[in-house]
Amino acid sequence: MYILSNRLKIFSLALIIIGSLGWFYSYSSSHLTLDQVKELLAEESHNGSHSDTAHAMENSNENHHNTDIHHEEMDEHSEDAHGHEDEHAEHVLHQIHNRPYAALYVAAFFFMMISLGTLAFYAIQYASQAGWSPVLFRVMEAITYYLLPGALIVLLIAYVGDKHIFIWMDPEVVAHDEIIQAKEGWLNKTSFLIRALIYIGGWSLYRYFSRKFSVAQDHAKDNKNFKRNFQISAGFLVFFMYTESMMSWDWIMSVDPHWFSTLFGWYVFASMAVSGITVIALITIYLKSKGLLEYVNDSHLHDLAKFMFGFSVFWAYLWFSQFMLIWYANIPEEVTYFVTRIEIYPIPFFTMFALNFLFPFFVLMNSDYKRVPIFIIMAGVVILVGHYMDVYMMIMPATVIDRYGFGIAEFSSILIFLGLFLLIVFYSLSKEELLAKRNPLIKESKNFHY
Amino acid sequence: MESTKTFHALYNDDDVLLSAVKVIKEKHYDIEEIYTPFPVHGLDKVMGLEPTRLAIAAFIYGCIGITVATLMMNYIMIVDWPQNIGGKPSFSYLENMPAFVPIMFELTVFHAAHLMVITFYLRSRMWPLKEAENPDPRTTDDHFLIEIITDKPVAPLKKLLKDSGAVEINEIKNKVN
Repeated sequence: MYILSNRLKIFSLALIIIGSLGWFYSYSSSHLTLDQVKELLAEESHNGSHSDTAHAMENSNENHHNTDIHHEEMDEHSEDAHGHEDEHAEHVLHQIHNRPYAALYVAAFFFMMISLGTLAFYAIQYASQAGWSPVLFRVMEAITYYLLPGALIVLLIAYVGDKHIFIWMDPEVVAHDEIIQAKEGWLNKTSFLIRALIYIGGWSLYRYFSRKFSVAQDHAKDNKNFKRNFQISAGFLVFFMYTESMMSWDWIMSVDPHWFSTLFGWYVFASMAVSGITVIALITIYLKSKGLLEYVNDSHLHDLAKFMFGFSVFWAYLWFSQFMLIWYANIPEEVTYFVTRIEIYPIPFFTMFALNFLFPFFVLMNSDYKRVPIFIIMAGVVILVGHYMDVYMMIMPATVIDRYGFGIAEFSSILIFLGLFLLIVFYSLSKEELLAKRNPLIKESKNFHY
Repeated sequence: MESTKTFHALYNDDDVLLSAVKVIKEKHYDIEEIYTPFPVHGLDKVMGLEPTRLAIAAFIYGCIGITVATLMMNYIMIVDWPQNIGGKPSFSYLENMPAFVPIMFELTVFHAAHLMVITFYLRSRMWPLKEAENPDPRTTDDHFLIEIITDKPVAPLKKLLKDSGAVEINEIKNKVN
């Protein structure tokens, strides 16, 4: 039985408080006026930092206008240099305003996605009746406890962030944008909210009942609870594949409402699954080091590490498939997505690929290394950093464009959600025994050996 | 050596076989070879065999494969005749790399897989028209056979094998090779 220590409580509360203070600081300091932005820009062009290329990129990539109107404006502005400067300053102003919202959204989504990935993995374990994993069920259930609050917070930020994250929520932009107008049947705030509530409701219902049956099975005299869990897990997986796909269109892809990709849902899912499994492995190693998971042996770790390895490669496969198909065909309406990312974010873009694919690929390839906690922790931390950057690369180039960085806003957002995540997950761990006692597969799992 | 003798002990159950191997190892008899009709889990462990290094070989072959692919396409597409094909940038390898990745991947897998299989055949001495080295045809169906070559006294070994659950013990006259 795990007992939530006061140290952990204080530590996570401190993270939340420090994070909130940091975020509010970055929020208040992002409220520049137009004049201040102009001063800033004048200063920057003096120093010759990122003026010309960024400026040009912004013109070619911004989503705020459809192309026809944009070209007309460009012509006007070449005659009127002063007006052009004004408009540029206004865009920069928007980007600077967007940054704290986007930073918060990235962190919130990242931790929600860990939880959702774990829930999907957990359902797969039940539906496939895996014999190795029942000793880890309580760890997985605890991680998924974060899903309901986490997903509601993501939704809340999306709603409060509004046009700072999703430009299609800005009526002024939509009024001038035929492409978004044509998508309004799907992209409007009401149906966004309804869909989000359906996704979150479905996931949470499954999580609630699955946990309930799993705990009830501990004290039951027959296997009815286990069978029910098997059935709802199979059902949930069907529901999940649909809703996860749509969630990725709604919550992530729609930050670039002019862009679309068909395998995007899978791509986000791969990211989710690998982060979820990594966190399961890390928490398992932590609890094991405290001597609380008696029956977890290095074969269980080996299996988790294999899943980390496999899903990292799967993620890389989808990332590359999406990139290569768009790069190869080079259709202007699709390719802007990667032009923005490679031209403005070259270092994070390629670093992320190295962290998410090359590093785990080489560290976790060796069968012996997969049994050694320190290698799993090393690969796990790199994978988590890499997938945070992955979410960052999906949101930031659409919201703050070239005004990005990793500063107080991003760092404190991570602290807030890390604190919340630790608090909720470890609270849930302390609620029940760490061993699912009467699970029909528990004996096999205890004696699991690879 | 004159006094060297070969024994074939036959078993008809893999669990009995495993425990027999343990007993024989305990008494310090050298097991020359074991013939089984199917893989017996844990047999290599009780025999104390070294783990295989095939995976390491495969990794090296994979590295060779990706090198072959890179050098080949760099020479053909970039160095030798850098044509403009459908606007793809052929100024440097890196610029056109996404187009080469499918081939790099396939050649890596191709080399890793095929060279590893060939290594396996060579190391385990398997090829067409090779004469089968089967001491007893029943070992391909439902019997397990332990071959022991020893110069120790015969009687205790025979008793040991009998006690370990052997259904049949044959002494083989040494062939003159």
